[in-house]
Amino acid sequence: MPADAEIRFTLNGRPVSVAAPTGERLSETLRERLGARDVKIGCNAGDCGACSVLVEGKLHCACLMPVQKVQGRLVETVAGLLETDARAQRLADSFQNHAAAQCGFCTPGMMVASVALLRDNPAPSEAEITQALGGVLCRCTGYRKIIDAVADAPHAQAAVGGSGHAGAAIRRVDGAAKVAGAESFGDDIAPAGTLEILVIRAPHPHAAFAFGDLEAWRAERPGLVAVLTAADVPGRNAFGVIPAFIDQPAFAESTARFRGEAVAAVVGTPDAIRALDPTSFPVIWQERAAVQGMAEAQAEGAPLLHQDRPGNLMCRGFVACGDAAAALSAADVTVEGHFFSGFVEHAYLEPEAGFAEVIEDRIEIHACTQAPVMDLESMAILLGMDRARIRIVPTAVGGGFGAKLDLSVQPYLAIAALKTGRPVRLAYSRTESMQSTTKRHPSDIRLRLGATRDGRLSGCDFRGDFNTGAYASWGPTVANRVPVHASGPYFLPDYRAESRAIHTHNPPSGAFRGFGVPQAAIALESLLDELAIKLDIDPLEFRLRNALDNGVPTVCGQVFAQGVGIKPCLTALAPAWQAERLAAEAFNRSAEGAVRRGVGLASGWYGCGNTSLPNPSTIMAHLMADGRILLHQGAVDIGQGSNTVIAQIFATALGVPVAQINLIGADTDQTPDAGKTSASRQTFVSGNAARLCGQALRAQILAVLQVPDQAELTIAAGHIMAQDGPTRRQIALNSLTADAAGRVFTATGHYDPPTRPLDANGQGAPYAQFGYAAQMAVVEVDITLGTLRILRFVAAHDVGKAINPLLAEGQIQGGVAQGIGMALMEEYIPGRSENLHDYLIPTIGDIPPIESILVEVPDAHGPYGAKGLGEHVLIPTAPALLNAIRHACGARLTHVPVTPATLAAAIRGGDHV
Amino acid sequence: MAYLTPRSVDEALDLLRQHRLVIVAGCTDVLPAQRQGQRPAAVLDLSELPALQGISHGPEGWRIGAATTWTEIARAALPPAMAGLQQAARQVGAIQIQNAGTIGGNICNASPAADGVPPLLTLNAEIEVASVAGLRRVPLSRFITGPRRIDLAPDEIVTAVVIPQDAGAAGGAFLKLGARSFMVISIAMVAAVLRVSAGRIVEARVAVGACSAVAQRLTDFESDLEGRSLSDLAALLPDPARHFAPLAPISDVRATAAYRTGAAQELCRRALLQAASVAEAEENRPDAR
Repeated sequence: MPADAEIRFTLNGRPVSVAAPTGERLSETLRERLGARDVKIGCNAGDCGACSVLVEGKLHCACLMPVQKVQGRLVETVAGLLETDARAQRLADSFQNHAAAQCGFCTPGMMVASVALLRDNPAPSEAEITQALGGVLCRCTGYRKIIDAVADAPHAQAAVGGSGHAGAAIRRVDGAAKVAGAESFGDDIAPAGTLEILVIRAPHPHAAFAFGDLEAWRAERPGLVAVLTAADVPGRNAFGVIPAFIDQPAFAESTARFRGEAVAAVVGTPDAIRALDPTSFPVIWQERAAVQGMAEAQAEGAPLLHQDRPGNLMCRGFVACGDAAAALSAADVTVEGHFFSGFVEHAYLEPEAGFAEVIEDRIEIHACTQAPVMDLESMAILLGMDRARIRIVPTAVGGGFGAKLDLSVQPYLAIAALKTGRPVRLAYSRTESMQSTTKRHPSDIRLRLGATRDGRLSGCDFRGDFNTGAYASWGPTVANRVPVHASGPYFLPDYRAESRAIHTHNPPSGAFRGFGVPQAAIALESLLDELAIKLDIDPLEFRLRNALDNGVPTVCGQVFAQGVGIKPCLTALAPAWQAERLAAEAFNRSAEGAVRRGVGLASGWYGCGNTSLPNPSTIMAHLMADGRILLHQGAVDIGQGSNTVIAQIFATALGVPVAQINLIGADTDQTPDAGKTSASRQTFVSGNAARLCGQALRAQILAVLQVPDQAELTIAAGHIMAQDGPTRRQIALNSLTADAAGRVFTATGHYDPPTRPLDANGQGAPYAQFGYAAQMAVVEVDITLGTLRILRFVAAHDVGKAINPLLAEGQIQGGVAQGIGMALMEEYIPGRSENLHDYLIPTIGDIPPIESILVEVPDAHGPYGAKGLGEHVLIPTAPALLNAIRHACGARLTHVPVTPATLAAAIRGGDHV
Repeated sequence: MAYLTPRSVDEALDLLRQHRLVIVAGCTDVLPAQRQGQRPAAVLDLSELPALQGISHGPEGWRIGAATTWTEIARAALPPAMAGLQQAARQVGAIQIQNAGTIGGNICNASPAADGVPPLLTLNAEIEVASVAGLRRVPLSRFITGPRRIDLAPDEIVTAVVIPQDAGAAGGAFLKLGARSFMVISIAMVAAVLRVSAGRIVEARVAVGACSAVAQRLTDFESDLEGRSLSDLAALLPDPARHFAPLAPISDVRATAAYRTGAAQELCRRALLQAASVAEAEENRPDAR
């Protein structure tokens, strides 16, 4: 067969013919030569299954199949299955009914794998579903709703109607595109053939470098259009997320500070980029001594990451109230512990990707992001351009969890588009994504905790060091958040907490679901159990005795008169807790083999929104002359569901069904700033803006109709109508004045949560609201092998008001799954676990049934009482598991992840506190 | 450059003689290993070769074509002695990998953690190799000469795995230990085959994977097991000092060497118990030969 010979096969029922180079991956051929962008690429190594397709009806990873293998065969992708297969269509309904798609990036793979199963077995058991989907990773859902959706597929109904107002468990408004693979993610925007970018990265954690003759190197290689380095950055070569800590270059200048740092980028045709061996790039490396651990980084004479940060200390955080030392010495019992955690990778299934082009004299960047307006501000600095000349259009985001708050591909896209004058695209490989984007901070925490004999906490001393990597990113936020939250949702009148962020030659640590709070919760909740054991008090009762309440001050001296929901969360666990503790103890009494059962619990709290900083959102809406309602919704939906929840809140306030709302945005040219998708703030902050916007629009309409607020509003094609008791008013929209764009009414809602600054002791009002959580885990430990099986999770979360209970459960299950990963298997080690087979995240077989208990203690500030949820969900998970292990076998694990090796060693050696 | 899919062994061997070719089958190891800028040299894809397909039984035992996929092995009707091989087949990656990956590829890739190798070692598998000079047969234990190293000349291809007939009631088992449930590289794994008669072990074969550069049979342990009563098995652990001489477990991101040793001991015990119950069921089967 000659090179690039024609390959003929049947794609989704249609004969196709394509020329492709020898060994080209089927996934690439499908996406780039045949337009099948419903096939998603997450790893190119068969580790994630996102690209799963059917070949002759059999499930395959398209990334592991040279396209030549499908010569003469039938290939089906999710889009084709949905056209022709009734099972697939029912499955699509079922996925939507169960909210089995969150970000939607793994969904095509999940759908295809499920169809393959259902064709063989129309009524599969849970075990059969698990087996069938074991090769597709999902990072958002925690898999349980996917299992439910597949099990329910034969009976799935189409969507039901209804208003969809706050409290309704409606389908996602953007779900249909996700299940069909029609959602456009970062790498789905660029037309095939667009110039591509390959980033050249440092192979060492710390190295000086010098370039050879870049232009000569480029000129020798046909198809390479440009080489970019720091010299090509038009503005200031620095970005960051916190104004006082903008320190990360788009391209390193003469010294690279972490393995994987960008030093240059090559722009070229797809063929030229595909053929480019990065080791041929003319750069000479001079490896330097690197400090990767926090102790080394603080040692005398350690190389400094940044000359103006002596001792590699980036910043500190501090909160103190009362007299912790005195309370500890007065305590009847004290415990202390030293806890460690490693880097955790976000491992969203979508690697960072985007597309940019210059349109007239403006740069337009389409990329996956959690923070379009922050991107715009950062790009204005990097490009030295007026922000009016920059447009950020977020694509669909295939998971974020914090790391897509920082810039990734955007600088390279913009600089390349500006330099070449041509459209460009860039998709990170999985390895690049893992090497270069932010991580959860490794932690080294020492905690002392005291209690009185009657079970009241007496004194808490927390000292936490956080490995913040080479650049600041969100390290200062972690340093600030941790001391505020390290008390947990407990009354601790005598408290001292100090955190430090230490630079090392590692990828920057940044935002990851919880901003350091999950690490701190491991320490606190572990020692709470140790105290309860010493005092011989039931761990649930002990927590209840010390839990915060309305009117009880937090460690920041903040007193909430209402809305404190930790006690109801703990109480909600009580029935399952008591039954499972008894069952476990009975099980262990009669245990003969190697298996012991344990039940553990932990609490969590999390302040929603920025810590004592302005944090506004604006939402805008129009009623158009044709009766359409346009909602400019700039809160980026990264899978968590803000498109749906914000629309539900807005529709509730306006008084029309959700189905009538047309979403616009996010797009910095079109939508007002709804802030970043982080800090569990979108439901709370942007939700409030949406509520205010809906109320304002309603008030305008009702004023024109001259009816009071209680009137029932109907907006239909061509007219608005209100019914107020016997009174009925109707006005034709074309009788009202519309602007040039056809808008009859325009309203905006703006909300900024009320907070107050923290003083030098961290006293103040950091958040307008907290959300609260308590989770319990039931585990079985094989005490010989150190392996663990989780039987069950019960998760009680105070969400204030569940705007959409289905999506709230999805957040809980997804957070628990990530917490399980952090507790049991995930540790990113630069140079060693830079792919998804050495870095393990939970598969569908690792997540037990998770029962969500939605506790609703309304918050006066939240829209319809709602509180944030996104981050709360993984805070209690790891410590609940550690406490369950302790209960099962007596071993107190203080280092996550707990692998079989570490658990077995702890059981044998007694790695106790 | 070309992607070559020969239809006969002779054609494949002919192509191999004429060109420098990368031999592939399921591609589940080759493609993930491909780095940026690496273009595959011309490829010889053996996965369609009719002679390399399928599982058959003959007087010399079982013959598994080198291009047989793990799914095919998992679904085949095979004797209880091969239960461990089938358990391994169901634990290779996940379904996508089992549908593409082949037994021949798994062996030729020669990963220290290859799931197929320990059970095949316990089945005394032999590798059939074809060249223009004809066929030769090599015991698997000699075919894999080191990590990622095999006894295969550039002009040869692996055509089949041959499993000699097991006399009498035999049962096999395979246990894989990893940090998650699917798509996981083993920390340690153990395969066992037991031939039993009247409550006693007639022959034991035990192999450990991921605890040495190449999976190893524990021959000293095996001889110590022979003649023992099945009722002793629950208490029989291999003694690392004596029985683990062929092993050289390392410490890596997945586990420490010490853990691997302890886990291998326990997995040996559990795999033997499982193999014994399979063998006894076979022995007690009314229509047993």
